[in-house]
Amino acid sequence: MTEAQATLSKKDFTSDREVRWCPGCGDYAILASVQTMLAEVGARPEKTVFVSGIGCSSRFPYYMNTYGFHSIHGRAPTLATGLAITRPDLDIWVVTGDGDGLSIGGNHLVHALRRNVNIHVLLFNNEIYGLTKGQYSPTSPLGSIHKSTPMGSIDRPVNPVSLALGAEATFVARSIDNDRKHLTEVLTAAYEHRGASFIEIYQNCNVFNDGAFDALRTPENKTANQIRLRRGEPITFGQQGENAVVARGDGTMKIVPTEDAGDRVVIHDPTKQEPTTAFALARLAHNPTGPTPIGVFRDVARPVYDDLLREQVEAAQQRQGQGDLQQLLESGNVWDVLG
Amino acid sequence: MSGTVTERTTVQLSSAVVRFAGDSGDGMQLTGDRFTTQTALAGNDLATLPDFPAEIRAPAGTLAGVSSFQLHFSDQDIHTPGDAPDVLVAMNPAALMKHLDALKAGGTVIVNVDSFTERNLQKAGYHGDPLHDGTLTDYRVHEVKLTQLTVRALEEQIERGELNKKEAERCKNMLALGLVSWMFHRPIDGTVEWLQQKFRSKPELAEANTTALRAGWNYGDTTEAFVFTYEVPAAKLPPGRYRNITGNQALSYGLVAASVRSGLPLFCGSYPITPASDILHELAKQKHFGVMTFQAEDEIAAIGSVIGAAFGGSLAVTTSSGPGIALKTEALGLAMMTELPLLVVNVMRGGPSTGLPTKTEQSDLLQALYGRNGEAPIPVVAASSPSDCFDVTLEAARIALTYRTPVMVLSDGYLANSAEPWNMPHTDELPDLRAVFSFTTEPNGPDGTYLPFLRDPDTLARPWAVPGTPGLEHRIGGLEKEDGTGHISYDHANHHRMTVLRHQRLARIADDLPPTEVFDPDGDADVLILGWGSTAGPIRAACHQLRQRGRKVARVHLRHLAPLPKDLPDLLQRYRVVVLPENNMGQLAMLLRARTLLDIRSYNTVTGQPFASAELVRAVEELAFSEQEVTV
Repeated sequence: MTEAQATLSKKDFTSDREVRWCPGCGDYAILASVQTMLAEVGARPEKTVFVSGIGCSSRFPYYMNTYGFHSIHGRAPTLATGLAITRPDLDIWVVTGDGDGLSIGGNHLVHALRRNVNIHVLLFNNEIYGLTKGQYSPTSPLGSIHKSTPMGSIDRPVNPVSLALGAEATFVARSIDNDRKHLTEVLTAAYEHRGASFIEIYQNCNVFNDGAFDALRTPENKTANQIRLRRGEPITFGQQGENAVVARGDGTMKIVPTEDAGDRVVIHDPTKQEPTTAFALARLAHNPTGPTPIGVFRDVARPVYDDLLREQVEAAQQRQGQGDLQQLLESGNVWDVLG
Repeated sequence: MSGTVTERTTVQLSSAVVRFAGDSGDGMQLTGDRFTTQTALAGNDLATLPDFPAEIRAPAGTLAGVSSFQLHFSDQDIHTPGDAPDVLVAMNPAALMKHLDALKAGGTVIVNVDSFTERNLQKAGYHGDPLHDGTLTDYRVHEVKLTQLTVRALEEQIERGELNKKEAERCKNMLALGLVSWMFHRPIDGTVEWLQQKFRSKPELAEANTTALRAGWNYGDTTEAFVFTYEVPAAKLPPGRYRNITGNQALSYGLVAASVRSGLPLFCGSYPITPASDILHELAKQKHFGVMTFQAEDEIAAIGSVIGAAFGGSLAVTTSSGPGIALKTEALGLAMMTELPLLVVNVMRGGPSTGLPTKTEQSDLLQALYGRNGEAPIPVVAASSPSDCFDVTLEAARIALTYRTPVMVLSDGYLANSAEPWNMPHTDELPDLRAVFSFTTEPNGPDGTYLPFLRDPDTLARPWAVPGTPGLEHRIGGLEKEDGTGHISYDHANHHRMTVLRHQRLARIADDLPPTEVFDPDGDADVLILGWGSTAGPIRAACHQLRQRGRKVARVHLRHLAPLPKDLPDLLQRYRVVVLPENNMGQLAMLLRARTLLDIRSYNTVTGQPFASAELVRAVEELAFSEQEVTV
């Protein structure tokens, strides 16, 4: 488009559909943050696509005034991959949950991240199956008592950030539904990242799993337990920054009083090519019941799958010229039968 | 192989069937391929039947490891790879054990005696020595020391240190090819050239294989063991430009052609599976057409990527076989529900479950038609010959783009790997697929709104507005949508209406189909042989033989399985008996009986092999004429 495009607002990214999540659901806050963020970064509704799977979070596309695809359980990354490969001009967001993205769709998530397809994945983690009314999920803590685990879950939960880092995702972050400012910062960073980005968003399900993230969400706990990761800054947290993250000799990390840490406090650098440090940070907390890192764990540049594929297509066209169908059919041994 | 001796040693034949059989490692497929190319260039009509084990290298010398390639060539128009071979080349005892039964009485068998060791005989399950215990008395046997002859021919190269003995022995398939080429007067120059190309970077192997090939030819020419040679004159094929083509190649080219003729970029999301993988390989080579291939992490991701690409405005296809299609089922339902144009190719193989990966079968028909949850009708088309895979793919693309629906293309293991001469079309005469669709770029609803499910009144297709189009932002998905607006709807009347509409849209496709073609040259047949898919060749050959016997039979071959041609029920009613042979347990027959209330008579085998025409002749005699003879 030649003429300058009008500045858009949150309203331009809001569809005319009534939002039907349960009252008090953390999804509302995430929706508002995403709509505002897209307007602020200058995204265009027609160039933006939201693809989702199945679950509460996957209703998200219906509430966005963008292109949207509500697909089937766990498969959103696959649709997004096909779209990203063929349409480099689009900005593609996958909205998924802990059941959709880590259980039934775990395979696709891993492969989309390792390939570094140009998509953004927002994983709403509420540690529960909400839409099917309250079974434990792959992120529910051991011992969780829910409808399908009356004696407590015996299923060791996955740490989504560890998993994404294990797949060597090029952008991995974590945020919280009710922290609008932090979430917006992280979403903006993901928007600007080329390649696959992954954001785990702690999201409260006030109906089936209320309070799962209270250690990080409530005003009284958040300062004590949120370990904010800020690029180039020493990793300290607490009211007065009284706690610090230091590395052990074996590369793992631990929390010590800042006064004991001296110059051993880890300086956060998400741009390290090796994901080892980011992984060690992710292991600081397995379930968010105590101090837990929040922010961008990793943000590195690596060739993007769909770019590489397009480069091959262009290289083939340069080498062989634009394909000629008649020539293709007549390749190989050809003979003429005369009439 | 009947003919007359026109010279002392050359027999003129109208057609011949040659089968090469040996260990998986003996290079039988390659030998067969080369013989096929030589035969095509000699102007014969031909059909081939490669048959190989699923194991890449089954234990050497065992029956499980036998790989074979059959070629039928003729001076006439032919439709099958031939029932029984005239000539069998058996590279080892296992190959002889497995294939001797198929050989025509009085046929020629060429055995590599060097491999007839006690151990190999045992592995093949022989208790005696078939070369000397009378097993072969009904045949014309040529015991040839293929391995020794090959090594001797390559002695110089071995002495020069360019080859070891094992590498030299490996060229014995070329010696066999040279010998059979001499027997049938096939020129070998093309193969020499091909060897030079194939071993460009290994000139010593190019030389060794060429030497072995020529040694085989010369062996036939100079030894007195071979009294007869055979000549099969060129066939009178319709004028045109020809090449040999396999089903998988033709299907791949059909996809590229559909892309060129629709102006849409081709995207193929696929996961490796036998016998469909060759389509992915072939398309991966066509990047200069703008073709994008994506080898997904699994079958589900493959179709998922294709749905995404179709949403974005590509001509999208996923290629697989039965087990893979089973995995794609849920996503295929989504594609149907969201009414996106895309192609799903099923190169059917022996089932169920993992089944017989390298063998052919037609048992996925009902899966194609009904294998989804809910009422999820999709169009299904089936190819009838290797080259027909090209036309059927274009037809599938036409339907998908016109009616905005996923379309299932059925091929099978037999069509995929067998070859036939193809009278190539002029590409500018292919269907113009640009004319059948357009992207929606303007609002179609009141007040500048976009209604993603406002249908075309003729085709019932919904509009196709792709992301990137300003003002037409919309959401689609697997939940039931309100007619017109496309909003989520749980309204019961709307669900019924939408379900009916989806069925009606499928039915509209039949409105556009030409009348069903009946092959009944005399117009007086009272028995119809009905078929679909790869049985076309054997049925056609059987029909010809039945007519020669005075049986009044006609045949109809279906390309469209969903929707079925509208005139089919009336057409079937006209015949005293309808016989329907299928390589399944009667799937289409069951469906047609339900639809027409006619007593369709089924003939079914699932042997992993295509029908032999003689077998179908017997079946039709039994099913359509035996009662008649009793009553007459």
